[in-house]
This record gives sequence, structure tokens and C-alpha cells, in this order.
Amino acid sequence: MSSTPLHDPLAPPVAGATTEIKKTTCYMCACRCGIRVHLRNGEVRYIDGNPDHPLNAGVICAKGSSGIMKQYSPARLTKPLRRKPGTERGAGEFEEISWEETFTLLADRLGELRATDPKKFALFTGRDQMQALTGMFARQFGTPNYAAHGGFCSVNMAAGMIYTIGGSFWEFGGPDLERSKLFIMIGTAEDHHSNPMKVSLAKFKREGGRFISINPVRTGYSAIADEWVPIRPGTDGALFLAIIHELIELGLYDREFLVRYTNSGQLVNLDAEHDEFGMFVRTEVPEEEGCYDPQNKLWWDRNTDKPVVTHTEGADPFLRGEFKLPDGTPVKPAFQLLKDRVAEYTPEWAEGVTGIAADTIRRLAHEMGITARDQKIELPIAWTDSWGKEHETVTGNPVAFHAMRGLAAHSNGFHTIRALSILMTLLGTIDRPGGFRHKTPFPRPIPPCARPPNDPRAVQPNTPLDGMPLGWPADPDDLFVDKEGEAVRIDKGFSWEYPLSAHGLMHNVITNAWRGDPYPIDTLLLFMANMAWNSTMNTSEVRKMLTDKNENGEYKIPNIVVCDAFHSETTAFADLILPDTTYLERHDVMSMLDRPISEFDGPVDSVRIPVMPRTGECLPFQEVLIELGTRLKLPAFVTQDGARKYKDYPDFIVNWETAPGSGIGFLSGWRGKGGEKSMKGEPNPNQWEMYAKNDCVHHEVLPRSYQFMRNWNKGYLEWSQRNGITRYSEPILIHLYSEVMQKFRLAAQGKSITRQPPKHLAKRVETYFDPLPFYYEPLETQASDKLKYPLSAVTQRPMAMYHSWDSQNAWLRQIHAHNYLYVNALTAKNAGIGDGDWIWCESQWGKVRCMARYSESVEPGTVWTWNAIGKAAGAWNLTPDANESQQGFLLNHLISEELPKQADGSRFSNSDPITGQAAWYDVRVRIYKAEEGEPQQTSPQFPPMKKYPGMKDAPTWLAYLAGAKKKGGAK
Amino acid sequence: MTQLALVIDLNVCVGCSACVTSCKEWNTSGSAGPLVDERPYGENPTGTFFNRVQTYEMGTFPNSETMHFPKSCLHCEDPACVPVCPTGASYKRKEDGIVLVDYDKCIGCKYCSWACPYGVREFDEQEKVMKKCTLCVDRIYDMTMPEADRKPSCVKACPTSARLFGDIHDPESEVSVAIREDGGYALMPEWGTHPSNHYLPRRKTKMKIHADELERADNPLKLDQQLPKPDKDQSTMDDVSAW
Repeated sequence: MSSTPLHDPLAPPVAGATTEIKKTTCYMCACRCGIRVHLRNGEVRYIDGNPDHPLNAGVICAKGSSGIMKQYSPARLTKPLRRKPGTERGAGEFEEISWEETFTLLADRLGELRATDPKKFALFTGRDQMQALTGMFARQFGTPNYAAHGGFCSVNMAAGMIYTIGGSFWEFGGPDLERSKLFIMIGTAEDHHSNPMKVSLAKFKREGGRFISINPVRTGYSAIADEWVPIRPGTDGALFLAIIHELIELGLYDREFLVRYTNSGQLVNLDAEHDEFGMFVRTEVPEEEGCYDPQNKLWWDRNTDKPVVTHTEGADPFLRGEFKLPDGTPVKPAFQLLKDRVAEYTPEWAEGVTGIAADTIRRLAHEMGITARDQKIELPIAWTDSWGKEHETVTGNPVAFHAMRGLAAHSNGFHTIRALSILMTLLGTIDRPGGFRHKTPFPRPIPPCARPPNDPRAVQPNTPLDGMPLGWPADPDDLFVDKEGEAVRIDKGFSWEYPLSAHGLMHNVITNAWRGDPYPIDTLLLFMANMAWNSTMNTSEVRKMLTDKNENGEYKIPNIVVCDAFHSETTAFADLILPDTTYLERHDVMSMLDRPISEFDGPVDSVRIPVMPRTGECLPFQEVLIELGTRLKLPAFVTQDGARKYKDYPDFIVNWETAPGSGIGFLSGWRGKGGEKSMKGEPNPNQWEMYAKNDCVHHEVLPRSYQFMRNWNKGYLEWSQRNGITRYSEPILIHLYSEVMQKFRLAAQGKSITRQPPKHLAKRVETYFDPLPFYYEPLETQASDKLKYPLSAVTQRPMAMYHSWDSQNAWLRQIHAHNYLYVNALTAKNAGIGDGDWIWCESQWGKVRCMARYSESVEPGTVWTWNAIGKAAGAWNLTPDANESQQGFLLNHLISEELPKQADGSRFSNSDPITGQAAWYDVRVRIYKAEEGEPQQTSPQFPPMKKYPGMKDAPTWLAYLAGAKKKGGAK
Repeated sequence: MTQLALVIDLNVCVGCSACVTSCKEWNTSGSAGPLVDERPYGENPTGTFFNRVQTYEMGTFPNSETMHFPKSCLHCEDPACVPVCPTGASYKRKEDGIVLVDYDKCIGCKYCSWACPYGVREFDEQEKVMKKCTLCVDRIYDMTMPEADRKPSCVKACPTSARLFGDIHDPESEVSVAIREDGGYALMPEWGTHPSNHYLPRRKTKMKIHADELERADNPLKLDQQLPKPDKDQSTMDDVSAW
């Protein structure tokens, strides 16, 4: 043989191929990176990160790099399908129908519901990125029964922070690792916020930052932490309260910040007989009732030793002490009440709750406090605060935090996250360099101004809903209840049971609809939500509810419509399936009206533009909504004479405005006739083209003086007001002490002029609506026999999979084809379990058989597994013997959507009693070895799902080479 | 003489597998492609990947570490896989030190994979030839690409920039500086193959707190511990006693 290579490694693999590069936005998770899609002979050859995109600057993750296998997946649905007449729901027998028939069916049935009782139509969506549109459709239809996935995802994170600091982690804010010196990550799902977190975390570490991870489990990000602090699940609130205790004890808080930018110094009425007990004392009634905090509260001034209006020039409030107003009313500053509250929360107390040594808790507090105090940053940026004071510099206290579902998905999560927000506030880190930074459109008033309807009469036939389907209650009068105090929504959102359920309670929709509580519905439309599998709690029972019939032989939920791009477990329970496109085949907007991709330095929104033709008869769900809205003559989609207003979704996006002539629409870039305006301006017919030319992204970098301190930054708030982002430009003081909470508590105590809860709920509301954070054991834990079920069971999110989305992906499933239950080796040995053994994991609700894996990276009282790797047999067009269904398992079978029945027979959702956040991580379990001779197979099992018409056969081998002919097939 | 290589920083690798699939997607449609997948939708799927991330735990709870360890061909300076190849298919390029397989000469005898101490060769069950990391040789010299893109796919993808690429024989290159200054090491040097790829170890940042840092002159407690004076009309001992 010659030594010259025969195979030229530099030669093009497909000779004479046509190549092309198109830009769009990724959707392999919710991160929304800019991507370049490289095509060869019309096939996807390569997807890489767009180097010019502000979010990911060229990097891409495992999921994004595997988009090709999503595009060509054999699990794709390609035709509208109807359950075969005469077959049972769930049997998976479908027949093709045309889109015209589909729309006729839908428009007839939904038209009838709209004309009679619009709330019989329920629309619930999963991790969609078009909530502004789906929510608008529901509102236009007139049904209150709409929510996206937030209620079972991280609404506690959103609500806990937004009700405290006016902003939240992820889309609306995050840690400024560029400037931070100490970073504490606690309870994070590793896909929130995926690539930007990885980019900034690595940079932070390289630049010498100290990274502490507090988590029961050490995976992904925690692996590279300088210190891992294992904690028992659901006890994070206890840790924060003890750290707050220590910071206050030692004076390691930023007093100046607390005084000027929070309600710490404001005087609280402590006259227990007074109707305003626990409320701030007010000097006067504001001229205008609006969605903002009027500046009419009092401080007790240190200089004059008397009460003065807050922020009076030259005044300096006492933060501690007890005073009497001239009329004899006893008052205390909010900060004193916080100090009183945390008095009992000592590090020693927290040690017993969290499992973290008191000395470690103290040291954590010291590290935070000292870093914040001694490593101050002064940026030479002049700015003016809301009270007109000019500042020469912007100060930063470089301690940053990040948290997500690990804190949120507990029934005590709201208070835990309030405690975290207060801790961040004490350290003086809100919207400052090196701390937490907001992203437009946040900060917003506390709470934000959108309100749900508050009267059942908001729902009227053939009429849009009078109010937003989702919003932010500010007091009990904002609840969506009837005269008896009963819920109006099918999920009981915004009821006395879950008053601040800002994202709804999707996890209870099927159970409630099945039970007819508060009423039965007719049509349930699910969009990309896998509610018959990994997105539901109590999976086995919920699957039964979906096929359960009443005594007349009719399904208890009469009509189920599912829109999905893939062969999910839920599609089997559909009466009608709408095949969605992939992300490479459609237009989309990441809108300022929804959850945009803004950066710390200013607003950013972005779009998807199709880079591939649609497959089969797939139709983007947006187009379905526009078409259906037009056929149903929903006012937003038709002219006054009822004629079609928008040709299609792109046309709608360009031309729809919040109000005629408002200049505010879905996209903020290239507005105005010629695309000369940003944020606000007339519709621009060439807006899509301009996005296409600019990497599909619009980024407005704010002047430096508007980039910090935005809760109280006059320039920024007025800019925000001018651009229609917010109605008010009043300062957004941090709610160390929450009057919103106190208003509900007063109502529960029968003291308010607002509505009051029904008797049986008064105690619950009074208990949990505490204006200051407190620690309580998660509700399910309280209702569990902890001796029998000694372990906590939680899930983690693998970085290479997003929810259930990627088991159909030939490459990603090779990284996670099945999951184990990870058990601390000592815990496992004590239970007689060997590494790799088949075991049962059992809760009070059910049990699963799975495989155990020893781990030294989990605290001994916790077992965990990767989320949503387990699949039902045959689902996602995997073979029935695929690892996902035979060795993979779902923890959801062990988790109930409801708490044990109350003494009076009533049931509460297994959720946070304030926000309705699904308490996924509260479940208690025990583990034991499976018997000899039991099948080495996951339990429970379900009959394998069938392939539907229009789906490809899954090949037995694959040799993907883009633009060439042979790709794979059967052997 | 040039020796191209990767330097992988274990201090920042979070084990996300971006390098695994970005490698797969580039190379399956590149000059080394296709990279076959067996049973892609069935039981025990397995396919050709040039780069894999392994995750290890070390130590005993609570003193444990989780380590993500990306592994691909190390492009050894004295590769064990080359001399054992009966057909000369396994070769090391003189111009840049990349170790490649000439697929047109490979007879699939697998001697090279037995010889490789690092287990980084991947046999293609469809084409019956041995495949392996090419350092994206079909990217790094592709002059039709912008210069910034002329890097291995894994390097470009890596969200934590844990993968550096360059010439380890150039003492001024980014990779040489990293090896020199951040404690770069080669895997199993005792095998004598002189791996070109290097790894950077974990580096911990700690904080030392001195007792006197907890008490400072500007402690806000100086203000906040001054509590308000009681009302003058409050009852005192003066009201009842003349002593």
C-alpha cells in the first residue's frame, strides 16, 4: 500500500451539492438561542450557534445540535387525525381527515360552546412560546379556562420574586455573573437558563469567582461548584431565614439600600383592634387609584424623632424600634417585624431542619455579607432616582443568586422564594452590578397590573372575557370567585384555595373536569402538553380519567383535542389530533408581550423564520388559532363586518396592535412604516424581512444610566412609560413586608372591607398569607407518615434532554435511554439494595419498579432520577421494547395531584396554598428490593401505543448524511 | 512542527454533551460520515460518536465530587494505533499531527482499537471501517468558512468554552499557555504515547474570613441599635417612689 491516503479527508462528501445557510431561533428547549441552519441539497446538514446572536453568541448545546434528528424523527405527526368512529378513546385508532373537515368540526363545536357557555371550552398549553397569542385566543373566545404550563413549572419563582422585588429569575432577570464575586446557586433546574448560564458560569469561574451550590444532589452545574452544600428538599426556606437571622444579628446588611429602596423603614400599624392592623400607616388617600405604590407611607425619622412621609429630604428612618403615633396607634418599622420574625430562626434551628451544620450556615451568611460589603463596585454611571436625587455612580454588591424549580416546586415555595428575595435585598443586590439584574419588560409594579376577572359575569356567550385569563391579584377583590366564594375557573385558579395562582393550575384541570368540580366542560384543547404522561401528576389515574365515562356511556370529558408535532402519550387520548410543525418549519415570535429574550442591558425580542418546507400536512398551531379565530368571528381576528382580518400568522404579527393605532404589537423591532422605529410605531409591512436580515433578533441597548437600579430609576421608568411598557413610572419599592399578603389575612380574619373567604377556608388563608416569610414543612410531608416513608424523592433535569421532547431523537436518546433511581450508597446498603438492583420505590399514592444506582453525590435522605426519560411503551414511535419504557420510569406515578382528603371530605391540590404551584418535590417514599423472580422491567406498564396514519416507519439503522440518498432502513 | 490538539478544562465542564452531538452532527454529514446509529428507535440504541462525556463520582458523601469527563481521540504524538495497522489506513498527518483513518484502506480488523490505550476508536457497523475524531479536519482548512468557524465543531459549540484548540508545539498558543499556567496534564502518560490532548484540573476558589471582618466601623447596627427613646408620659418609678 502506498503511504498516500486514498480517502481525501478534505474533499466534499457530497459532490456538487447545493448549500445554503439560513438563520432562525432554536426551540430544542426554552432558551431560544440564535442558530444557523446549514442546508445541503435541501436537507439539514448542520445546525450551529449564531455568533452574532446576543443570547448565545455562537455556542449551542447538545439539544440544539441534535435538531436534525427532531426534524426527521419518525415520531412526527403529519396529518390531521380523527379517532375512528366506533373505537374507544385511548385505543390509538385514528383516521386521516382533511384540515377543512378539521376546522369545520372545531368551529361548529366551539361555536356552539361560545354561543352558550364559553367556559365549557378549556385551552391549556405546555412549554409553548406563544402564550401571548394562546392567552389572547382564550380571552377573545370568552373562556376563563386557559393557562400555560407555569402552574406546574415554576410559578412560585415568578410570583415569590415578583410580589417582592418586582422581577424574577430567567426570562425577566438573573444573576450578573460578569461582575459578581460570589455566586450561590440553589435548587436549579439545569435547563433554566441553559446556554447563557453555562457561558456566564464558566467565565465567572475563570475570572476567579467563588461558586457555591446548595442542592440535595450534585450534578451538572453543581459539579463545578467550589463548594457543594447538600440540603434536604423543601427546607431551603429555613436556610434563608437563618441566614437572614445571622445577617441582621451582625449588621451585615446594606442599610442605605434598605432605607431608600425598600419598605423596611415604613411603619406598620400594630393596633390589633384596627381594621388596618398590619397595614402600613398612610398619610392621605392618593389622588388616583392606580397600579402602583403611592408614596404616602411614614417613616419614624431619627433626626426629628417623629413620623415623616417616606423619602422626606434629610430624614433618616429608624429601622428598628416601636413607636406610638400621635393618635396613640402603636407602630413598628417593617424591618423590626422582620427581625422579630427571624429571631427564632437561628442557625442551630435551621441545622435540624435542613441538615446543614449551623457553623456552615453562619459561614455562608458571613461570606455573603462580607463579600457584599467589602467588595463593592462603583461604576462611573450617573443616574437619577425616582425622588429626583442625582447619583454620581451606580453601586454594586457583588453577590449573585440563581434558583429555579428546586425551590419553587414545593408547597412552601412561595415563602421560600420571598425569603430568598429578602435575603438578596438585605445584601443590597437588586438590579445592581454583580447582583440580580432585571430584563425588560421587568421590573413591573408589585404586583403587575394585569388582573384576572373578579366576577362570574365576566364570562358571557359570544363575548370576549372581561379581564385577562391570567393576572396578578392585588387583594381579595381581584379573586375570580362567585358570591359564595367558589372558583369560576376549572382549575380553581384565583380562588380562595390558591389566590395568587398567576399561571393557573394546569395539573388539576383533568381531575377537576372529570369530577365536574366546579363544573363539567365539553372540549379540552391541549397544545404540546403531555398530560397523559410526564406533565401530569398521578399519571396512571389521570389516564383513566381521560377515558372514563358517565352512566350514559359518554366520556366525562366529552371532547379532547391535542395539537402536537409528535406521537406523545397524550395524543392517544385525543378525539382529534392537529399535527404541528417543527420549529424549523414555522414563523414564531419571542415577544415583549410574552417572555422575550431580553438582556440586562435592554429589551430583546426575536423570531423564527421557516428554514424548511412544512412536512406532510403539518400546520403551525398559530395558523390554527388564526384560522379558528376567524371562523369563530372572534373580534380580534375579523373586521367589524365579520370578514377575515389577517391572511395568516405573519400578517397578524405585523398588523395586530394592542389597540387601534397604539403602535404596540407583538414585535418591538423595525416598527414604523419604514422600520425606523423601535418598541413603538405603526405596523411595518416589511418587519419580518428586517428581522430576517438582522439575525432574527432585535436588541435595543439602553443608555448605561438606564441599565441599573430600574425599580427606582427615573430615566428608565419614564422610558418604559413612554414606550408603553408600563402605565406608571412610580418607583417600585421592594416589599420586604407584603401588604398584599396582609390584605388576604385581614379578609380571612373578617377585618377587611374586601371580600372574605368562605368559613372553611378562612384558617388556611389566615395561616399562609403571612406578610413576612415563615417556614413550614411542605403540606404533603406534613400529611405523610415519615417513619414509613423516610425519603424525599425529586427529579433533576438532564442537560441533554428537554422534558419529554427528546426520546424520539436518535442521538439524544443515546445519552439518556433510561433512568435509574439514584440513592446514597449508605442509604441503599442499609435497605439491603445493591448497585443496579431492581427495586420498588413507593409513596402513599403508588409505586414504581425501577433500577437503583448508588451515588455519593446525593444527600442520604433524598433519592432522585432524571425527569421524563421514562416513556410509555410504543410512544414517540419507539419500539415497544425500547429502554425508555422497559427500564426507564416515571416518578409521576408516585405523586398525587391532590393532597389527602380533608376531614370534611374536601380536597386541595397538591400545591402551594398561595400560588397553586404544583408541589412535585414534596413526595415522600420508601425503597425496597424487588422480589426474586419479578420481571426485570419497569412497572407500571401500559399496552403499547400504536403508530398512526401518516407516521413514518422507524428505521432499524440510520446513516444520516445530509444531501445524499441513503439514510437508513431495515436490515 | 505543528501538533494540533484539544485542551479540555475540567474546571468548567458541566457535562452538557454539547460537544457530543455537535461532533455527531458535523461528522455524520462530513468527510468521515455517515456516523451510523444501530437501533436508533429501538432497544439498546448505539451509534458511532467520536466524542463522549463520561460522568464519575469520586470520594464518599459528603466529601464527594462529580466529574464530567469528555473523551475523544487524543491525537498522540506516538500513537499506538498507527504502527499496528496492517494496511496503513491508520496514519498520523505530518503537517499537523492529526491522527486519521484512511477509510479506503481500512479493512475493519480492529487492531488499532485494541492497541489504543484510551478506547477512543469507533467501529462503524454499517461500513465495517474504523472511525475516529478527525479534529474536524474538514472544517479547520475549509477556506470557504469565515476564519472564526475554522475550528472543530465541539470547540465552537461548547457553551462553557471548556474546549481549547490549537498547536501545542507553539509555546505562545492559547493551548500551550493553558497547559503551562493552569496545570494541564496528559492522560496515562505511562503508556508512552504522548497524548497531544491535555486536560486542565479543577481549581477551587475559597474565601478566608478574618474574625475582625465581622465587626466593622461602619456597621449599620451602630445606628439601628440606637433604639428610640420612650415616651415621656410613660410610667416610671418616679411616679410611685420617692426613695
